[in-house]
Formats: sequence, structure tokens, C-alpha cells
Amino acid sequence: MSDQPNEPGSANPPEPVPEVTAARPNTRLGDLAGGHDEDPTVGHPTVFDLERVSVSYGGKTAIRDVDMDIHCNLVTAFIGPSGCGKTTLLRTLNRLNDPIPGAAVDGKVNYRGEDLYGDDVDAVEVRRRIGMVFQRPNPFPKSIYDNVAYGLRLHGMKDDLDNRVERALRHAALWDEVKDRLKASGLSLSGGQQQRLCIARALAIEPDVVLMDEPASALDPISTQSIEDLVEQLKAEYSIIIVTHNMQQAARVADVTAFFSVDVAEDGSRSGVLVEQGPTSKLFIRPSDPRTEAYVTGRFG
Amino acid sequence: MSAAAHQSLSASSGRAKRRRRWGRVMEGLATLAAVVAIAVLAIVIISVAKKGLPALNADLFTQVTSTFGIPGEGGGIKNAIIGTVIMTAIATAISVPLGVLLAIFSSEFAPPRLALIIRITLNVLAGVPTIVIGVFVFGLLVVGNGYSAYAAGVALSIVQLPVVARSTEEVLLLVPSSLREASMALGASRARTVLTVILPTAVGGIVTATIVAVARAAGETAPLLFTTGIFANAVVTDPTKPMASIPLVIFQGSESPSPHDQEVAWAAALVLLVGVLIGSSLGRLLSLRSRRRIEQSR
Repeated sequence: MSDQPNEPGSANPPEPVPEVTAARPNTRLGDLAGGHDEDPTVGHPTVFDLERVSVSYGGKTAIRDVDMDIHCNLVTAFIGPSGCGKTTLLRTLNRLNDPIPGAAVDGKVNYRGEDLYGDDVDAVEVRRRIGMVFQRPNPFPKSIYDNVAYGLRLHGMKDDLDNRVERALRHAALWDEVKDRLKASGLSLSGGQQQRLCIARALAIEPDVVLMDEPASALDPISTQSIEDLVEQLKAEYSIIIVTHNMQQAARVADVTAFFSVDVAEDGSRSGVLVEQGPTSKLFIRPSDPRTEAYVTGRFG
Repeated sequence: MSAAAHQSLSASSGRAKRRRRWGRVMEGLATLAAVVAIAVLAIVIISVAKKGLPALNADLFTQVTSTFGIPGEGGGIKNAIIGTVIMTAIATAISVPLGVLLAIFSSEFAPPRLALIIRITLNVLAGVPTIVIGVFVFGLLVVGNGYSAYAAGVALSIVQLPVVARSTEEVLLLVPSSLREASMALGASRARTVLTVILPTAVGGIVTATIVAVARAAGETAPLLFTTGIFANAVVTDPTKPMASIPLVIFQGSESPSPHDQEVAWAAALVLLVGVLIGSSLGRLLSLRSRRRIEQSR
């Protein structure tokens, strides 16, 4: 494993990080199945409050009537079958659907008490506070250093640039692998490293929330593990929302999980809906909706 | 229904033979077409080289064109080379910024419908006969002002514009949209994204487009007929005056009764051909390289 999370000077908690493969529980469900599933959201203020949010593209509804709370310093997973609108909803949270012609958001997306789609809200500021990591690693064809510095330069955070870049790379557990070749192209890195570079790039501008759209789906199992470990560490400082196809991944990393499904209306039109949301352990072990149960037990049609 | 299964697998059955014969015929025709295309280029190059080489000497580059085809009096194409370089430079200075901006607009900012209209318009413009462009600029700039290198530059830039804009747009569209999103997700505006991500990624392709456009303009003849003088024997560097050009020297020399002029025309044709070939091969080569670079970041 290439990650060195207990690297001195990094922002990780000082507790020794044991060998990843041996120490990682398969899921957290084991310890939680005993019945004492506490609500993980206790003591974590709300960061997003969605009220009847619907998103449509050119009149076709992708996801509708979502009511949910997302809490800070937790990992929230969006799971569900393809086409259930989970990625669409994620992109709504940093207004990344804005430039898509015909995209429209109804309802209210409140971010720390402010309407994200209010008339007076600057999308640039929204995206500085709410970062995003994409499904496929997409570093710029620039040097590793410039990739991380891109957002910093953009937002005038140019004081102490070297240190900020280093800090972000350490946060993303990439510093030790790249510190001797910061001038090398970001594209020269492996897939997993590229994805951690993209995470570093997002962290550099000190966001409040990090959105991750299936961040490990294009990676091999070992790189996936390093990303998952990273997510685990990052939630101390950031609120993380992660979209995933992989239920084991949700079970491993998420405190709270929201399950989305596709609803077929009478006229045959399909749209995504939020089926249920709750502590990951509860959702996986005692789901309240039969659709959730069918999905998490692999009986989804 | 198992009749097919019982058919012989033998390669010597009638059907198999027919199929093979037909395959060979088609392959032969395709090969022939490829050979003809290459042969045409080869014949052009060889015949121009054969006739141009005897007159290819130092005088060609150091002397100006002769007035009456008298050997010893001039006999070079120095003025034409300088004229072609200056007029092509004027044209490129107009068409590249305009074409690149147009490409940026249509690939990054324009709504899809407008982008389509722009694309079609550029294709139409690319198909307009160059002599029509020459006449147009003649009516627009030459009438009342006289021939000038400026007018020629404008005419050539109209020829270049679709070349630059279309190939630049192609490269811009090759830049993966994941990079646009990455930049936007970091809080960059569209314009900023274009300047700091898209253009640096696509710059190789834009250079290529420029080289190809230069090669194209250097060889154009018809737009020059209407915009700059045929008879210009002195070296002219003032762009408000008409200038000689390589294509027109070829045109004029080949019409001339003097064998010396004809020789010079062939040599000029060789110079132009070599220049354009080098330019466009360099362009294609660079374009392959930059495409590969962009594809890496997909």
C-alpha cells in the first residue's frame, strides 16, 4: 500500500494506523447488528437541508421531491440503481448542473441556512465552499503542483502557495509519493494517484463539503481501498457526500446512507425518488422499505 | 432448419469461391485507387522538380523578376518570395485571431443551434470559389484605392478563416468535457476555464491549424489577381503598394513567350510546392502529436 496516513505533520489523528488489509472491518455492520444502532447524526449540525427538491433536464424529471437533511462531519452515501438520479442530486448541491442547457431545479436547497439557488448567490462562491471529485480522475494536463495550485490561484489564495499545495497533497495522502516530482505532469500518475490528486485539488481551496461522484468506480481494488481510507480520515474536517454503486463501499465508509430508486409513473415516465435515509447500519440491516431491502439484499429487479 | 449445419465447410464450394473472388476484386479496386492517388502526387512532384531544378540557383533567390524575359536581367523571384511572405503574414494576422475566437465562441459559448449555424456557414465559406472572394475584395477595397498588399491580405484571410476556425474548433471539442467540469467545480468561470485549461490543452492544434492555413494562403492565386498587381518587379515592402507573389510569377511566366521566363516559372513552382508540402506535413505531424496529448487526458 502506498498511502502513508501516519506521516508526521499530516492532519490525521495521531492514532497509529494499522495495516489496512488486516484492520479494516469488512463493513461496520457487524458491530452494529447487535441492536444498539445509535443515531450517528446526533451532535452533527445540518449542512444541507433539502425541501422537495426536483431536478429536470429539458422538462424530463430526473429526480423529484427529495426531502433530506445532510449532517456535517459525517460521510453520507447516496446509493441506488442506475438512473435513480443520485448523481444528478449530487451535482445540484454545488450547482454544477447550471451550465447544462435545460436543467432546472425546483424546491429549496438550503446550505447552512442559505438558499443555494437564491437570486443573490454566487455560483463561484458555492463551488469554492462545496468541492467535487468526479467519477473518473480528471487532472488537468498540467504539473502536479499546478493542478493543486489551480484553485488557489483562481481564488487569490496565493500567499504561501507552496505550503498550501503541500498541505493539500498531505491531506490527500499523496505527498510522499509525489514530493520529488511536483513538476511532473499530473497525467503521469497512476489512476489511484490521479484520483487522490483530484481530491488534493479539491481540498486545497479549503472547502466545507466534498462531493464525491463514485470516486473509486474507475479504480482497481487497492486504489479503491486507499480512497476509502482517505474518506474515513477526511470526515474529521469535512462533510462528505459520496455517490456509489457499490453497496459494500457504502457499508464500509458511510455513517448515513440514502437509498434512491426509480419510480415508473403510469404514463411510463421514469424518475428518481428518495426511498429512505438513515444510519447505514439500520438501512442495511433493518430497512423500513421493501424496495430498500430488495436492493441491499441483491434482489433488485 | 439444420440444413445450414449440414452444408460443407469446404473452402472449394461454389459459394466460398465466389465470395473469395468478389473479395479479391474489391481489394484490387481499393488498392488501385490508393495507388492512383499517390501516383498523381508523385507525378506532380517529379515533373515540377524535373523542369524546375535547372533554373533553381542562387539568382532565383537574390534577383528580382525580369521585365521582358531577357536572360541576365533579373531572372529571380526574390520580390515574389518577399511579397508572398508579407501578404500571407497579413492574412494570417487577420485570420488566426478571428478564427480562434470564432472557434472558442462556437465550441464553448454558443448555444448548440447557433454553433451549428456557424459551422455550416464556415463550410459554405470554405467552398466559395477563391476567384469570387477575389472579386468581392476587389469591389470592396481595390476600387478607388488601387491594388495593395493589404487588399490581397484581406482576400487571403477570407480563404484562411474557415480553415483556421474549423480545425481549431475540432481540437477544442476534443478537449474532454471532464476538464471543463473539473475547472468549473473549483469555482472557475467559463472564460477563465477557456483561458487556463482549454486553450493551453489545445494550443498544439491551434498551431497546426495556423500552419495549414499559411500553406493554403501561400499557394492561392485567384484572390491575388484582383487585389495586387501582376507587374511588380521591384522589391516592395510597403503594404499599401501592390506586391509580386510566387503564384502570379508562375502564372505570368508560364504565359510568357520567353523560355527563360518559363524556366523561372517552373523553378518558382518548385519553391512553392516544396514550401507548401513542408508546411502541411509539419502541420499534420504536429496535429497528430497534440491529438495524442489531448487523448491522454481523457
